[in-house]
Amino acid sequence: MENLISLFVSSVFVGNILLAYFLGMCSFLAVSKNLRTSVGLGIAVVFVLAITTPVNWLVYRFLLAPGALAWAGLPGIDLSYLKLILFIAVIAGMVQVVEMVIDRYSQALYNALGVFLPLITVNCAVLGASLFMVERDYTFAETVVYGVGSGVGWALAIVSMATIKMKLRYADVPQGLQGFGINMIITGLMAMAFMLFSGITL
Amino acid sequence: MQDLAVKLTPVRPLRAITEALWRTNPISKQVLGICSALAVTVQMNTAIVMGLALTFVVAFSNLAVACLRHAIPRNIRIITEVAVIATLVIIADEFLKAFLFDISKQLSVFVGLIITNCIVMGRAETFAINNSPPAAFVDGLANGLGYASVLVGVAFFRELLGAGKILGHAVIPQALYDLGYRDMGLMLLAPGAFIVIGLFVWLQQTLLKSR
Repeated sequence: MENLISLFVSSVFVGNILLAYFLGMCSFLAVSKNLRTSVGLGIAVVFVLAITTPVNWLVYRFLLAPGALAWAGLPGIDLSYLKLILFIAVIAGMVQVVEMVIDRYSQALYNALGVFLPLITVNCAVLGASLFMVERDYTFAETVVYGVGSGVGWALAIVSMATIKMKLRYADVPQGLQGFGINMIITGLMAMAFMLFSGITL
Repeated sequence: MQDLAVKLTPVRPLRAITEALWRTNPISKQVLGICSALAVTVQMNTAIVMGLALTFVVAFSNLAVACLRHAIPRNIRIITEVAVIATLVIIADEFLKAFLFDISKQLSVFVGLIITNCIVMGRAETFAINNSPPAAFVDGLANGLGYASVLVGVAFFRELLGAGKILGHAVIPQALYDLGYRDMGLMLLAPGAFIVIGLFVWLQQTLLKSR
């Protein structure tokens, strides 16, 4: 249990998937112009990561890992090289399913997230979390916590970025640095701030 | 007219390459593909390998999509493109694992993440789907090299300032260390990458404007 809590804290802060591993930058930079939309996208990412990472764990564990097909009587088969293509298919499929379920049961949430859900398929953070989960050999419980934690970390980063950008409208930024340049530098400063959490051990 | 066309053809691919390398450079100008760009820039050799892997994928995915462009139904083109790209990424990944195992370990998941790299998808979607295979191939090559050049540029400064090395060889003389020079540890961490690329873009924007 303690192990899971510390994994959660580290995936939200120290090992923040955006600020420490640079994943999900595209939509981070594109969508953080507006606070409301970035909150919406943040929630959608938490949602999708919390679902796809455990599903991909199951897919990897029971279909792809070396010897995973033992239950089907094929213990000698190693399909792990197929993980990239299968993970992306699972993500695209799950995003569709999530979209349909939300549409059916919560119209309000669907209207809020609607536009962002398809975008998430190509968000590197989602595929990245699945690949890290394989590389770090997480158990199922750890995978669930890691998926949720990464999503929360990503959402936290994009929401704070959107807030900073609102303040930035009144700032006098040198001409060539406006736009993309200053965004990267702000992200760098944010990454530094998040790294301060690395002193915390649970 | 015929002569003119022949004369112009060799120039155009070259133009495309210089354009993509500098004016419409995919990283800074089009704000694409930043995802994996930064994590692999701690050292130059990982950056070079990553750049080459991406160039390979984007060039050949453009070629394949351009060849298939009349066969792909409009509605399912995205998923076809993803399938093409994913296949090429798997080839690149397996190749690196076989021949450059150490570097492939360091690149870890980032080679796989080329699939979701917006440059690859963006070029397939905006250029390859409407153009002939040779043009698409050159376009892919140019954009891949543009991406690689920024990656290697960032890696150069991070490795030089952060570890005092270039391509793994120490270049800062020992005498300087004796005088109290210190490597800048921040450069090796994530914030260093963000700040270096921010300054890069600043430089590029300023130079472009002054021309």
